[in-house]
Amino acid sequence: MEVNTEKQSQQDLPALSPLAQLLGTDSVILTTVEQVLGWAQTHSFWPLTSGLACCALEMMATGAGRFDLARFGYEVFRPSPRHADVLIVAGTLTWKMAPPLVRLYEQMPENKWVIAMGSCAIGGGPFVDSYSVVPGVDKLLPVDVYIPGCPPRPEALIHGMLTLKEKVMAAKKRGGKP
Amino acid sequence: MQQSTNIWFELGQLLKQLVLELTGMPWLASLAQTLLGIVGIFAVVMLAALILVYLERKVCAWMQMRVGPNRLGPFGIFQSVADALKLLTKEDIRPAQVSGKMWALAPVLMFMVVIITYAVIPFDAGVIFADLNIGIFFFVAVSAQTTLPLLMAGWSSNNKYSLVGGMRTVAQMISYEIPLVFSILGVVMITGSMKMSDIVKAQESIWFIVTQPVAFVVFVIAATAECNRAPFDLVEAESELVAGPFVEYSGMRFAYFFLAEYASLVASSCIAATLFLGGWHGPWLPGWIWFFLKVSAMIFLFMWFRWTFPRIRVDQLMAFGWKFLLPLSVANIIVTGVGLWLFFPLS
Ligand code: SF4
Repeated sequence: MEVNTEKQSQQDLPALSPLAQLLGTDSVILTTVEQVLGWAQTHSFWPLTSGLACCALEMMATGAGRFDLARFGYEVFRPSPRHADVLIVAGTLTWKMAPPLVRLYEQMPENKWVIAMGSCAIGGGPFVDSYSVVPGVDKLLPVDVYIPGCPPRPEALIHGMLTLKEKVMAAKKRGGKP
Repeated sequence: MQQSTNIWFELGQLLKQLVLELTGMPWLASLAQTLLGIVGIFAVVMLAALILVYLERKVCAWMQMRVGPNRLGPFGIFQSVADALKLLTKEDIRPAQVSGKMWALAPVLMFMVVIITYAVIPFDAGVIFADLNIGIFFFVAVSAQTTLPLLMAGWSSNNKYSLVGGMRTVAQMISYEIPLVFSILGVVMITGSMKMSDIVKAQESIWFIVTQPVAFVVFVIAATAECNRAPFDLVEAESELVAGPFVEYSGMRFAYFFLAEYASLVASSCIAATLFLGGWHGPWLPGWIWFFLKVSAMIFLFMWFRWTFPRIRVDQLMAFGWKFLLPLSVANIIVTGVGLWLFFPLS
């Protein structure tokens, strides 16, 4: 599982204010609030109900009794992009479907993340040579977590969402953008 | 107001006494008591809505043989806290084509209307914000106004899904409001009063669910439709209408609708407990605990419905309302009237 958590070195961070230098840290209160909000965000990812191909069936199975995505609070699949936090690209993206998917992503309100599920979403999968298939959704959308597999097992999807949680929390702790 | 011994009533009186002693101004004391009532109602409603969102997910999970949220706190009880905080941090999108003021006003209005209905709910003997002599009429009149914010939201969003959802709200509310009122009428005929405290007092010996079973069934079905819950959740109908009138609302605006929906569920359960299950009456335990237990049982019943029945079609919904529930509730009124005339001819 590949994750985009590039480590920022200390030199990249903005210069500390005098008060922060006195305290030896930057903005005690704000980091705490950020972390509380991060805690809330990472414990209630609401995915968008959008499946493109066979991987979507594994996504549905993840919500069902045996695997139960609800344990982590992630089972609220919202039909409207305005209520959703996470876009799980589950399946083969064709060039014909690409504009609607990008539009769905743009309709989601900020603090949104994208998970590329399955080899089709990562890089075209078995159809990579086809004229009609997008070779990887990261050509169009900023993907946060890649979940390999054809299809990935439901456990893999759960692991992917937990990895996304770790990634967001790591960014909040560092004080950078998620 | 009658004599009572429960702690909530005492608390209100204590505050009134305290302010009176401190300031010597009776109007200030009354104001303090009123404010305490308002704050108390808000606290109850917000807390109940938060808990219900969590409970709904838990009950759903149990019915589907899942575990449900269990990562945040013991049994996942902090799940809805995380959800509410997250909704606060979401971006507030205002689509370009919505008609501004109406669109922004709808969620707030929806929440306000639902809160107002709590004014006439008797939580315990003497613990009622306003014991109007037309209490139940007030409840019906105000709770019917939830139609308007939903229609406002649906129309002002300028979106075909939300418009259809808003129109469905109106059709559904009108057809189910009438059986609801008629089923309540049976209780009012027996009591001879629309005052909430009188209705509860009349059930001291026998609950109205025994004398008015048909009215109870009609009330529960109509209340399910009033709260837009499955199997009558045609307003939201995800598979057809995306999210009905709520399609364009993001973040906190959507959360308002969400909370209002659960608050209206609690209000309907409270009214069912008051009218049919004997309100605060019960042996041994204090009244407010009995009321709480009865309301919880009603809420569980509504949740049970939701996760058991599939959503019905809109024409089936209308036919069921007009051709079955309405004649049934009218027949109930006639039978009740004949019974009263036979057994209590002088009263
Ligand atoms: S990765 Fe495999 S299972 Fe998933 S959509 Fe592509 S072909 Fe189907």
